[in-house]
Amino acid sequence: MVAKRIIPCLDVKEGRTVKGVNFVGLRDVGDAVELGQHYARSGADELVYLDISATREGRATFTKLVERISDGINIPFTVGGGISTLEDAARLLDAGADKISVNSAAIADPGLIDRIASRYGSQFLVLAIDARQGADGIWRATTHGGSRPSNKELFAWAREGQERGAGEILFTSMNHDGTKQGYPCDTFAALAEQLSIPIIASGGAGSVEDIAAVLTRGRADAALAASIFHFGEISIPELKAQLKQRNICIR
Amino acid sequence: MIAIIDYKMGNLRSVENALRRLGAEFCVTADPDVITRSSHVILPGVGSADEAMANLHAAGLPPVIRGLRRPVLGICLGMQVLCRDSEEGGFTPCLGLFDAHVRRFTPTPELKVPHMGWNRLGNMESKLLRGLERGASVYFVHSYFAHTCPDTIATTEHGQLFSAALKYENFYGTQFHPEKSGAVGEQILKNFLAL
Repeated sequence: MVAKRIIPCLDVKEGRTVKGVNFVGLRDVGDAVELGQHYARSGADELVYLDISATREGRATFTKLVERISDGINIPFTVGGGISTLEDAARLLDAGADKISVNSAAIADPGLIDRIASRYGSQFLVLAIDARQGADGIWRATTHGGSRPSNKELFAWAREGQERGAGEILFTSMNHDGTKQGYPCDTFAALAEQLSIPIIASGGAGSVEDIAAVLTRGRADAALAASIFHFGEISIPELKAQLKQRNICIR
Repeated sequence: MIAIIDYKMGNLRSVENALRRLGAEFCVTADPDVITRSSHVILPGVGSADEAMANLHAAGLPPVIRGLRRPVLGICLGMQVLCRDSEEGGFTPCLGLFDAHVRRFTPTPELKVPHMGWNRLGNMESKLLRGLERGASVYFVHSYFAHTCPDTIATTEHGQLFSAALKYENFYGTQFHPEKSGAVGEQILKNFLAL
């Protein structure tokens, strides 16, 4: 049985990781390669690097960084942030990324999913969806880090993404992101019911219990988290040991 | 010198990086002479079997690969094209070194396709897998699989048992990506280079 994946997410700005605490033995937590290697050694199953640079120079720096990550990391990694053209995808593939994630640009131009998937394969493409549940109970995808609503309903958009060729869905609930109150497990389970591709759960993890719940009741295939790892609230070996104790299939 | 066969099927960078991390000397080539003279040959590949076979034929490589007598390692799609045939792209005759057919996983609500992530190796029996712990995990990304057969040297379960690795004479294949499988993958690549 394929193991449930634990994926730390690292934000990168102008070529440096942000939000990292000092881990023992790490010279420079701002160094994306060194921090990634630390997580890989700790048992992370994959890594996600998100470019939050707003500038063209920042993007160029990020591509150079992706080359260094590819040289230095022996587990799969996904890169995302600002990918809006086939050329962006090609540039990151050449730099050594195993997968890329697209978000806002795919909502503006859904054909981007088809173009990237048909050129480089579904295994290369993660569709990230930041959705917010409105007062009417409907989940709608948002863009630009959750700041702008779109007309895409979560379930329909996820199915459309799968049909267009996305290989995985990375779903973040903007109602839960940053709250550390746990994931909307029923929504994740409903999404799993409708999709045949893997689902990565993001946003809301505050405890081992939250992650266990989304991987079991929520039927997610992977859990992505940032702050609980970066701030050392829980280490990956400790998290994995506790998930194993709950009979969850973990590497 | 190790030859990584470049037949325009996906990015070779991660295989190159893995060999570099092991301190191995390699070249990326489609030149039959270079491939034939190499001590070890790696056939990587990401994409579809029909396109992969078309590219191999276009480069005149099928007889070159079949004729190799040094250790050869097919990775992921590279393993699949060493099988008898694949149902990807209708029906694609492949190189016919491993006695297995390649079929697609059928998704169900409990079975995600592609099979993506870390899964365990079972029934390991080969020098290629020497030194691995029982139930060692490796990284897979694929929608098509080779069934188990007498050439199988490791199995993995995804809905059913399939061939995680195959061997026929000097030809080896892994459905998983050793270059992305952490320390376990590094051990497998070291084992291959020691063959």
